[in-house]
Order: sequence, then structure tokens, then C-alpha cells
Amino acid sequence: MLLGLSLLIFVIARVIPGDPARIALGPLASRAQIAALRAQMYLDEPLPVQYAHYVRGVVRGDFGESLYTHRPVTTDLHDLFPATLELVLYAGLLMVAVGVPLGILAASYRDTWVDTLVRLISLGGVVTPAFVWAIVLMLIFAYALGVLPVAGRLSAGAVPPPPVTGLVTIDALLDRNPATYLDFLRHLVLPAVSLALAGVAQAARLTRASMVDVAGRPFIEAARAFGISNARIALKYMLKPSLIPTVTILGLDFAALLGNAFLVEAVFNWPGIARYGVQVILRKDLNAIVAVVIIMGLFFVVINFLIDILVGYLDPRIRLRQADEAA
Amino acid sequence: MPREMLLDIRNLHVSFTGYRGHSRVLNGVNLTVGRGEKVGLVGETGCGKSLTVRAVLGLLQPPRARIRGEIWFAGRNLLALPPGELQQIRGREIAMIFQDPMAALNPVFTVGDQLLDIIARRPGGRPSERAAWARAVDILKEVALPDPERIMRAYPVQLSGGMRQRVLIAMALVNEPALVIADEPGTALDVTIQEQILQVMRALVDAKRTSVLLITHNLGVVRQTTDRVYVMYAGSIAETAPTADLFSAPQHPYTQGLLASVPKLTGEGVPRGIDGMIPDYLNPPPGCRFAPRCQFAQPRCQQPPPWVRVGAEHDVACVLYDDGSRPSAERAAPSPIPLPTGEGTDEASGLPSNTAPAVTRP
Repeated sequence: MLLGLSLLIFVIARVIPGDPARIALGPLASRAQIAALRAQMYLDEPLPVQYAHYVRGVVRGDFGESLYTHRPVTTDLHDLFPATLELVLYAGLLMVAVGVPLGILAASYRDTWVDTLVRLISLGGVVTPAFVWAIVLMLIFAYALGVLPVAGRLSAGAVPPPPVTGLVTIDALLDRNPATYLDFLRHLVLPAVSLALAGVAQAARLTRASMVDVAGRPFIEAARAFGISNARIALKYMLKPSLIPTVTILGLDFAALLGNAFLVEAVFNWPGIARYGVQVILRKDLNAIVAVVIIMGLFFVVINFLIDILVGYLDPRIRLRQADEAA
Repeated sequence: MPREMLLDIRNLHVSFTGYRGHSRVLNGVNLTVGRGEKVGLVGETGCGKSLTVRAVLGLLQPPRARIRGEIWFAGRNLLALPPGELQQIRGREIAMIFQDPMAALNPVFTVGDQLLDIIARRPGGRPSERAAWARAVDILKEVALPDPERIMRAYPVQLSGGMRQRVLIAMALVNEPALVIADEPGTALDVTIQEQILQVMRALVDAKRTSVLLITHNLGVVRQTTDRVYVMYAGSIAETAPTADLFSAPQHPYTQGLLASVPKLTGEGVPRGIDGMIPDYLNPPPGCRFAPRCQFAQPRCQQPPPWVRVGAEHDVACVLYDDGSRPSAERAAPSPIPLPTGEGTDEASGLPSNTAPAVTRP
């Protein structure tokens, strides 16, 4: 799958108009300089040959050099991807930790004002794109109230913790440095919240719909007839079956956070791979574009794999069928 | 009545308000179950049997369902109890055996998980983990399930329909309720399995002198299992009698038609249906709801039918018997109706809802 994706994006990146060598060297470059760079990048070879050169590099862990940063793309990704991963992880955490309970609440108090309120809020969340939230929240909390920092990942004077995982939160904890941790959290709140809001709303809506669907099943009536308490029915007998469809879709939403991160990172000047992606696309930085897309594809694959494992854990029918097939 | 009453439903009305209007489904149901008694409630699909027992268990949710009347159980009016107290009664004093074993078990929890949750509610406090597990294994043995330890750890999908139905019976009986409501147990299974299931259920309730309210459209099951029968039509009771009397001398024209529509294994006679269909609950006929389909209908049927005693514990809601004298056979049934009498004629045949000519789904 990743091979197909790399081929696709490789070709797309090359057919969009504009000469990467000319853009990279600027308007004052001489013909000879441009020709030299084109030769160095194999741009004068036929596409299949270019692709073969590229794949040979990738297999050795070499994505080529970025025309924008003039560093190996691998180095750029290594520096930038953790920041995005951290942002997306926290947004995903918010999505599940806030969205799912809201959905449970709405389903439990179905057709009351609680339900209506949750549904209205989540409708607003679903229809508003993340970058709109980003700008609105930034205006309110950073400019008007001034309680949170406007942009960046850490305050100017702050010393980043020694990188172990690249995730500042974990590194700061490993470094036993609560001040850095809190400073980072203050920077993280706005981007994470604006990135997560649509997902939170979606999670609440999905959970509610799924819980309402499960509530009508005979086994729920049976549990009520056996005198199981309403709270236990909601949090055990209804929640687990209704999480099965919810988790599947939330997994896709979680992967999609990476896509939405493009604009949120741009708004908050977050030093992540998504902002980098925007810049390299504008500069037609071939190697970097392909690498960013492949990393994102890899992220989708990993998330889908994890979701499959989680759904198998939640749904014994899937688990047992696979066990049967293996036997 | 000589028997001590356990359940006494008095003049129960249930109605629903929907988009198309107000449908009055239950129209004054009266029904009693004595301590240790096994009572059948028969009628076509859609006549309100299941609704009646769901009202007893408090499973109908106001404001969608409007409920009027009284449901006395062991000295308490269930309709007047706060929800918390009703929940205490459910599963401890009144339990229900569900109809569809494929749907009534939660697919994502093991049998043991679900059964232990019910055992945790035993009157007299939550038992220790080990005691609860032992109790669960015991009840699974009592419903004749092989290898109970394995079944405790199994998910419902790993069990056959018959095994799941046994598990549901075990869940209903594990806390030794005084009353078991059995909603067509085994109907979803094939006939031989159904018979085994009913035997298991009968053995258990007989051993503990549990009262039973058995809902079914299968007259063969009623005949084998119950002491007394209620025949229900379109939301009210048409006739009640000791089981033997009902089969030997049915009085209400609907009961007669119901019995006549049972095909017999001996093959003699052709089963006869009842013309027409169950009335629309949005706009039911005034008076007797069976009148539009009744061959004996008369102007008086526009009034609510009288409740007439025609024998020992044998009552019928029909104007035909209102003059005080028991009518002659000719008058009650002018044409010879082949009644399912005698051993072995209808034992296994029953009256499956989808084949009975009398049944027309609304």
C-alpha cells in the first residue's frame, strides 16, 4: 500500500507545473546552475528511472535532500514529526476523553434539555473547520484575555528538555522538569483544543447515536428485567457494544487529525510536520513532499492497525472468528 | 378464591400516543396468578400479551406509554411504586424468561459475566466471588447444560440457540423469584429443542413451587404446562378457565375459533381460520373488539361485553352468556367445530403465529 502511495505522490509531485530547480535556485540563477541541479536530481531522466533512483534511496533510509532547508529530509522529519505527533495525540485524547462521555450523557438523558444541548454544541463542532476554531480561540484566549500564549511550542526563554523521545511532555517528565511541562501544556492547549473540537463533537454524536441504537436491543430490555441498575446498564451493557462502531470511525477521525493539523499548525506557528508540509508543497520541494505524504500514510496504516486490534478486543465475535480461521 | 394471590392485575389500560394518533392497546385487562399456580396467557401476535407483562415489570416507559389501573404483587401496587423499589423487585421477586435467545443475551460479555451480575443482586446481600461462581455453576447444571465451567467463560455466539435459551432460564431462576414470566420460551427454536427447554423449565418451577405466567400462542404448550388459561383478544381478556375446561368446553366465539384453527396430527378435518383481522388500535370498534369478526355478533355487542361466570373459575366476556343460562351447544357453536381433544392430537402441533389462518398481522 505504501509503495502504491509513494508512486502516486511521486508522479503527482512531478506533473504539477513549475521547475523545482528554478524555484529552488531563485530568479537570478544561471542556466548552467539550473542544469547542474536538474542533473543532480535526475530530473532529466524519464519518470521510471527517477522513481527507481528514489526508491533505492528510500530503502537505505535516505529520502533525499530538501531544496527548502538544504538538509536531508530524514533530519527534517526527525525534528518535526514528534511535535505534530504530540499535538495529534493530545487532540485525540481530548476527542475520546470529552466526546465519548458527552455522548453517554446525551444518550442517558435522551430527549431532555441535556441531550438537546449536547446535540446543538456537537452540531456546531462538526460543521466548523478546525482552523476557524483556531483563529477564534486564539483571539479570545491569547489576545483578548491574554491568559495563554499565542504561538509556538515553548516560551522563548525556556530550555527544551534533553530530547529522548522528541515528545516534549514525556521528555520533560523524564527530565523531572515540571516547569517546562506546564509551559508546554500552556502552549499546547489552544492548538490541541481547536484541532480536537470537530472530533469531540463527532465522538459525542457517534457515541450518542450508537448508544441509542443499542438501547433498543432486546438484551438491554432483558438486563432491565433482571433488575440491573440503570447506571450499570448504561456504563457496561450499553457502552461496550456501542463502542464497536464508534471506535472504528473515531480511528479514522484520529488519523484525519493529521490532515487538519496543516492549518492549525500554520495558525499557531507550531513547528510540526504539517506546517513543514505546507511550505514544501508551495516550494515544490519534491523529496520533502513525497516524504511527508509517506509518513502520513504510515501514520494512517498504524492507526488502522491499532483500531483493528481494539475492535477485536471489544467484539468477541470478531476475535472468535479469527481464532476459528487460524485453527 | 381459595388460592393466595401473588399477582393481581386490575383493569389495566395501556395506550400510546404516536404520530397517527392515540392508540389504546390494553383495554381493561384483569388477570390473577396464585402462589404456586401456572397460568397461561394466549392470543394472536399483537393482541397485547407481551405488553401486559412488560407493564408488570415496569419496562414500559412513561411518558410514551400511558398506563392506568392497578398491578398488585405480594401486597404492593407495582404501578404506584417508585422506580428504585420496582428495580429491587425485578430479577429478585419477578423474573422474566425472554423469547429470543439470540437477541436477549449481550453479545460482548461472557455468560458468566452476565449471570454473576444477576447473582450479585441476590436478596440478602452480595455473595462472595467464590460463592457467586459456585451458585452460577449450580444453576447452569440445573438447566441441564453440560460443562458449566466452560459455558461460564463462553460468549453467547459460542453457544447454540437451545443452550442460550437454557442460559436465559438460568438467569431468570437463579435468584429464586416468586413469579416467573415466560414470554414464549423456545419459540425461536425447533420443536424438539423447544420441548426439552419446556421440560427443564417445568421441572425447575415445580421443584421450587414458583408461580408461572406463560405467554404463548402455542395451545399445545399451554395444555401441557398450565393450570389455568387466559385467552386474550385485541387488548382485553376474552375468556378464562381451568386449562382442561377451556379445551373441552370453550365458550367465547374467539376461543372456539382459535381452537378450531389448530391443525391436527391425525389429519381429520380441515383447520378453520377466523375471518378478518385484529382491529386497528387507533380506532378500535366500540364495545366488544371481536364483534366485527364474530359470526354471532348482535347489536348488543356495541356495548362493552359483560363478564359472565359460566363454570368453576370459568368466566367469559361475551353477551351470548348474559341471560344467566348456560347456552346450548347449538347456540354457542352452530356448526360442528373440530376441537383439538384427546391425547396426541395437538401435542406438538401448536399454533405457530405465522401459519395459523386466524392470524393476520396488523
